Amino acid sequence: MLTWANFISQLFNGLALGALLALISSGLTIIYGTLGVLNLAHGAMFMLGGYAGYVAYQHSGSYIVAVIAGTLFLFIVGIVMERVIMRYFYKRPPEDQLLVTFGLSICFVELVRFFFSSMSKTVPAPKIFAGITNLGFMFYPTYRLAVVGIVAVALIVLFVVLYRTRLGLIVRAGIEDSVMVDSLGINVDRIFMLVFGIGAMAAGFAGIVNAPVVSIAPDMGEAILVQTFVVVVIGGVGSFPGAVLGGLIAGEIICITSMVNPAYAYVMLFAAMTLVLMIRPRGLLGVKGRE
Amino acid sequence: MKDDKLKDAGRRQVLKAGTLLGAGLAAPSLLLPETAFAAKHPPIGTWPAGSEGHTVYIGATVPRTGAYAVQGEDELKGMMLAVEHMNEGHPLMRKLAPRLKKGVLGKKVELLVSDSGAKPNNAVQDQQRFITENKIVLMTGSTSSAVAVALNKLAQREKVLYAVAISGSNDTTGKDCSRYSFRQCFYGQTAASAIGPVLIKNFGKNRKAAFMTPDYTYGHTVTKSVNDYLSAHGGWTMVTNQVSPLGTSDFSSYLTNIANSGAEFIINVNWGRDAVLSIQQAKQFGLTPKMGMVIPYQIPFLAKEVGPELVEGVYAATDFWWTLEDKYPLAKMFVEAFDKKYGYKPEWGANNAYMQFAIWARMVEEARTFYPPSVIKTYEKGETFDSTVGKVHFRAADHQLVRPVVIVRGKKPSDMRNKEDYWEVMEVVPGAPLMQKPDAFGCKLGDYT
Repeated sequence: MLTWANFISQLFNGLALGALLALISSGLTIIYGTLGVLNLAHGAMFMLGGYAGYVAYQHSGSYIVAVIAGTLFLFIVGIVMERVIMRYFYKRPPEDQLLVTFGLSICFVELVRFFFSSMSKTVPAPKIFAGITNLGFMFYPTYRLAVVGIVAVALIVLFVVLYRTRLGLIVRAGIEDSVMVDSLGINVDRIFMLVFGIGAMAAGFAGIVNAPVVSIAPDMGEAILVQTFVVVVIGGVGSFPGAVLGGLIAGEIICITSMVNPAYAYVMLFAAMTLVLMIRPRGLLGVKGRE
Repeated sequence: MKDDKLKDAGRRQVLKAGTLLGAGLAAPSLLLPETAFAAKHPPIGTWPAGSEGHTVYIGATVPRTGAYAVQGEDELKGMMLAVEHMNEGHPLMRKLAPRLKKGVLGKKVELLVSDSGAKPNNAVQDQQRFITENKIVLMTGSTSSAVAVALNKLAQREKVLYAVAISGSNDTTGKDCSRYSFRQCFYGQTAASAIGPVLIKNFGKNRKAAFMTPDYTYGHTVTKSVNDYLSAHGGWTMVTNQVSPLGTSDFSSYLTNIANSGAEFIINVNWGRDAVLSIQQAKQFGLTPKMGMVIPYQIPFLAKEVGPELVEGVYAATDFWWTLEDKYPLAKMFVEAFDKKYGYKPEWGANNAYMQFAIWARMVEEARTFYPPSVIKTYEKGETFDSTVGKVHFRAADHQLVRPVVIVRGKKPSDMRNKEDYWEVMEVVPGAPLMQKPDAFGCKLGDYT
């Protein structure tokens, strides 16, 4: 099956998967870079976004409403989680942070299971993106093509926020040296809250945008969390461009290897991560900063 | 002969107890048979400790999280119904286990449950805990053959009986079989031999098939059995075999390979949520209905999750489907009791779990003891008994139940009589001719003691 048509198709699959991973990873990496918290509930937030969108879709029948609801809901979840729990953990050892976020993720998953059962739920693609598109060399689900575009726009928005606004400047400065930012008289507390909200929002947005591709279930965040960590490690912890690059690389590695032998797709992904860690321990675009 | 001895032992014990009672020492009569056995046999596994009280425990490790959570939850419902029926002496339970009155050998049965997440190490750890702390008399639960073969080994080592729950791998009663475990449900080889002729008859010879295989013992053995059958009897070719890890969510690259393989059929061995997602995505990629979809090992709730449109015309082999109630009186009793308690029609995971418990109760009651080697020998007698799919019996050489395989086809949504009428039963294929020779998959049962 090593044909050009298959190769190009797989490159395409890699792009679609990579774009999604990039978006989820950027949320994770911004939170880690700024707050120093490795958020193990990030996968559960991805799942929550899907369910919030699903509920909104059930009531409104509109994809747009579902996306907005899923995204906003996660922004609120992020803010509440930061104010009520996370801010008390910034000064505590990393293992406490890992445990509290891990615990929260279990709570989120089981709450969803309690209300919605383990049975998969489907959010249909909007009508204009339904069906299949003939790309000449292959047929491709139109919605998956649309996802690449939607995610690209979302990443650009994130880029603009991070690199072209005052908030972004402070966030990036916080990644480099949060003590200095604090001593310059900036209200780091409020910035931290916003960053957590934005990170959660990225996961929630990805969750609902992905729902028509992969029907949602309570456990869906678990597998994606592992892949997201690999992406962040490859791209460089705390680096937004790194998350995007890492996402695309991971997506392509999985899909290209699958063409040759699907059983090795994840082996190759972890092999690549190991290689990156050996050659560039900070990741491909990792910045020197928070240790 | 042995039974007579046992009865004698029981009689002697009654006399002994009478004397004790006379002396003012109350010995509850329900404790007698076990005491009788204890006098004859050294302790083994959790016996006799596990059955000396008024309650016996069964340890169940089912997946309540992960890719098989939906099926695990269903299995659990079947188990809970069976326990309730054993304790109250329900008419259905008494048809399946005629000697049973209330409780098994008069003892109340309680179910201990843990979440395995379909992971073998979780299941083994939890069962080990149940054995040590609760002295369980029976283990159950799987829904992944990886768990089933791990528990087979634990059962043999700990000398505690194991009633295999859902497990489709040939290895479970093949190379990884165990003296202490028994399987009720169908498996790769019988599924392949039952669905193979149907596929060749309906779709002709010399067709090209793409396989989708989950990467563990279940997937590999089912794929091999189906492919062996179709290539040997129908000249079908496997043009690609897409092996994916359990818990895959994005099947795009696998489906792209299939799209480029020239396949005419997708034989989808994926299970649980993996099956749901791969079937939905095959439709998204436009592979189905252009390519035919075949499901050799049916998944409970599949049609409910993907919707009837996606399973329309799909052939599947299964263990039980609720409309069999029209054919088998015991199936009718089971479907009614389950529907009454849970408010929906049972799927095959629940049926398998219920039947496994009922069969165990039958064997313990026949053996008149919980002493594991005696219970095993009762299973191994291979007596024919009535079940929810007609007459069945156990094969002594590999502890596999000889039972029919049910071939179903997805109904057109407009033909469904009610919202749960997803599948039409095409054929109930008798079990014995479908099976391999007992030693063909390398089964060597371990020791009794």
